[in-house]
Amino acid sequence: MSVRRLDPVQPESFAFSAENMAWAKKTIGNYPVGKQASAVIALLWRAQEQNAGWLSKPAMEYVGQMLDMAFIRVYEVATFYTMFQLSPVGRKAHIQVCGTTPCMLRGAEDLKKVCQRKIHHDPHHVSADGNFSWEEAECLGACVNAPMVQIWKDTYEDLTPESFEKLLDDLVAGRSVKPGPQNGRQLSAPEGGPTSLNDKSLYNGNRTFKRVEAPPPPPAPPAAAAPVAAPVAVAAAPAPKAPAKKVVAKKTAPAKTPAKKKR
Amino acid sequence: MLADKDRIFTNLYGLHDWGLEGARKRGCWLDTKSFIDKGRDWLVNEIKASGLRGRGGAGFPTGLKWSFMPKVVGERPHYLVVNADESEPGTCKDREIMRHDPHLLVEGCLIAGAAMACNVGYIYVRGEFIREREHLQAAIDQAYEARLIGKNNIHGWDFDLYVAHGAGAYICGEETALLESLEGKKGQPRMKPPFPANVGLYGAPSTINNVESIAVCGTILRRGATWFNSIGRPNNVGTKLFCISGHVNKPCNVEEEMGITFRELIEKHCGGVRGGWDNLLAVIPGGASVPCVPAIQIIDSPMDFDSLRNLKSGLGTAAVIVKDKSTDMIRAIARLAQFYKHESCGQCTPCREGTGWMWRVLTRMADGRAEKREIDMLLEVTYQIEGHTICALGDAAAWPVQGLIRHFRHVIEERIDQYSHNADHEGSLARVAAE
Repeated sequence: MSVRRLDPVQPESFAFSAENMAWAKKTIGNYPVGKQASAVIALLWRAQEQNAGWLSKPAMEYVGQMLDMAFIRVYEVATFYTMFQLSPVGRKAHIQVCGTTPCMLRGAEDLKKVCQRKIHHDPHHVSADGNFSWEEAECLGACVNAPMVQIWKDTYEDLTPESFEKLLDDLVAGRSVKPGPQNGRQLSAPEGGPTSLNDKSLYNGNRTFKRVEAPPPPPAPPAAAAPVAAPVAVAAAPAPKAPAKKVVAKKTAPAKTPAKKKR
Repeated sequence: MLADKDRIFTNLYGLHDWGLEGARKRGCWLDTKSFIDKGRDWLVNEIKASGLRGRGGAGFPTGLKWSFMPKVVGERPHYLVVNADESEPGTCKDREIMRHDPHLLVEGCLIAGAAMACNVGYIYVRGEFIREREHLQAAIDQAYEARLIGKNNIHGWDFDLYVAHGAGAYICGEETALLESLEGKKGQPRMKPPFPANVGLYGAPSTINNVESIAVCGTILRRGATWFNSIGRPNNVGTKLFCISGHVNKPCNVEEEMGITFRELIEKHCGGVRGGWDNLLAVIPGGASVPCVPAIQIIDSPMDFDSLRNLKSGLGTAAVIVKDKSTDMIRAIARLAQFYKHESCGQCTPCREGTGWMWRVLTRMADGRAEKREIDMLLEVTYQIEGHTICALGDAAAWPVQGLIRHFRHVIEERIDQYSHNADHEGSLARVAAE
C-alpha cells in the first residue's frame, strides 16, 4: 500500500465537457441497470484526462453524483488506484519510470537518475519550469523492452540514459517523438529480426486449417459401459496421451463430422 | 522448435494488419459458427480434451473451469470475465495479443460465452494498457459491425462484449479483486468460497479466464483438441507465449511449445545469455511471484508447469527473467519485495504488514546491515505470511524471498560479513529495528 492524500489546493468545481458527457453516458450503459458504479474507474480516468492529468476532489464528487455513489466510495477508489494522480503533474509530460526488477536489471536506475537530475529530486513534484513531473511506477508490462517509461498514453521502450534525455529534450522543444522501442527494433521481436513467424505461407491471405480429429475410441467394453453422468472430476481427467494415436490422426483425412466422443 | 504453421499468434510482432480483414486472412473467425452450433457440451469437452491449462499463472485446466458453471441459466445471468490485468513483473504477452491479434481474443470470448451460456462478457484491461485497449475496442467495434458478435449475430449466440479497465492496481489480477474492481470498488479480494462460478460478478455465476487462455480457443477448435494435445509433454501441452527479459542478448516475446528446454529457448530466440552460459546466475522462470532457480538447475530443465514445480518454482505466466552474474541478487529480490509492499491491498494484516517488513529487512541485508540470525527470522516471517491471507498475493510476496534464502543464503551472509568487517560502521552490530 502507499500513502496517498488529496492535494491541499483544490479547484472550485469540475464538470465534464459535452463530448465527455456523451461518452460517459455510453460507458455507464455498458453495465446492467443499477450497477452504474462499475463505470467509476473509467469516468474518473476521463475526468483526470480532462483536468490536465490529475484528479481533483470536485471531480471525484462530480463523478460520485453522476453514478449515485457515496463520495467516500469514490475517494476510496481514487486513492486506491495509483494511476489517479492526486496532485498536479507536469504540463508536457508526467513520466512513469518502470522500476520493477526486469527493468531494474536493464538499467531503470539510470533512468531514475536522469529524472532526478532533469526534473526534480523527488517523485510527484513538478519541475521548476512546470513542464515535467515523474514517478517510479511498478511493472508497466513491457518487460522484454526494458527499460521503459510511460508518458500519457504511450510507452517509450528500450531506453538508454542518452536516448531518454533526448526524448525529454524533444518533448520540451515540441518535436514529435515516436512511441515504442527507441533503438529501432520491431516491438517485442528479438533485436535484428524475428526468429519465428518467418513462414510466408501463413500470410498469403487464405489460411485454412484441417482439424485433427481424435481417433474413434477403441471398442473396449468398459468405455461403452461408462455411465452417462460421470462425475465431473473423472470427466475432466486429461485424455490419455498415446503418441501412436497422433500419427494415425494426422494420416486420416479429416472427417466432416467430428468423431463422437464418449466419455 | 515449434513450426511456424503451429503457432497460434501469427501477428505477435505486429508486422501485419491487426484489424478484422487481416485477422480473417490469417484464419481467425473461420468456421466459428460450426463449432458454436455443436453446443455447450461439445465446446467444453473439446477444450477439456485439448488439455489447455490456464495461462494466467496457476495452470488450472480451462475446460474444467468452464464446466463448473451452472448447467442451466437460472434467474441470474452468466458472465464471462476476461482477465487482461496483466501486471505480473516480467509478463508482457497479453499486451501483444490485445494490440496485434485482438480478433483472436474477441472470437475466443464468443466461443467461451457460448460454452458457458454467457450473453455478456467483460474484458478487464489494466489501466496502463491504453493503446492496447484502443485496439481491442476497435476490434470489438469491427466485430459488432460485421455482426460477428452482438444481438442476432451470424453465429447464432447473442453475445455482448465490453472493455473495462483498471487504474494501476496489480491486485486486480486476482480474480475476485478483479470482480470487485469491475463493480466499481477498491480491488480487495473476496473470501472463497463461494467461488465465482457460483457467486461472481454482481452476485451472478461468472468465470474469469486469462487473455491467452481465451485467445487460443478458436484455433484449438479449428485444428482440433488432438492437435493441441499433441504439442508439448503429457499434462503440459500446447503452445505458450514466453516473455524473456533481463540479461539475455535479445530479450523478446515468442510463442513456443510447452516443455521447450530453457537452453533451447534462450539459444534459439534470445541470442544466448549475456556474457555466455557460464555467466548465468539465476532465473525467475514464471514472473515475479515464483522463486528463483539457480543456473545449474534451470539450464536443461523443460519449461512447463510440472518440471518447474519440481524445481520448487513454477511456470507461472512464463515470464522468464534471466539474471547474469553481475546481478545483485539481494537487491533484485528487495526490489520485488518493494513491489509487493506497494501492491498489497491492505486487507489482511500478514500481507499488509509483512510485505513492508520484508522489504525493509531485505533493504538492510542488501547493504549488509543485518545480523545473520535475521536471515532465519526473515524466513520464518515468510512462512507466517504464506497461506495466511485471503488471496495469493501474500504467498507471491513470500516465495521470492524464500527462493533467495534457499539458494543464495551464502551471498547474504557474505554481505553481512563484509559490512561488519568494515571498521567504520559504528552501528553495524547495534540493534536496528525492523522498522
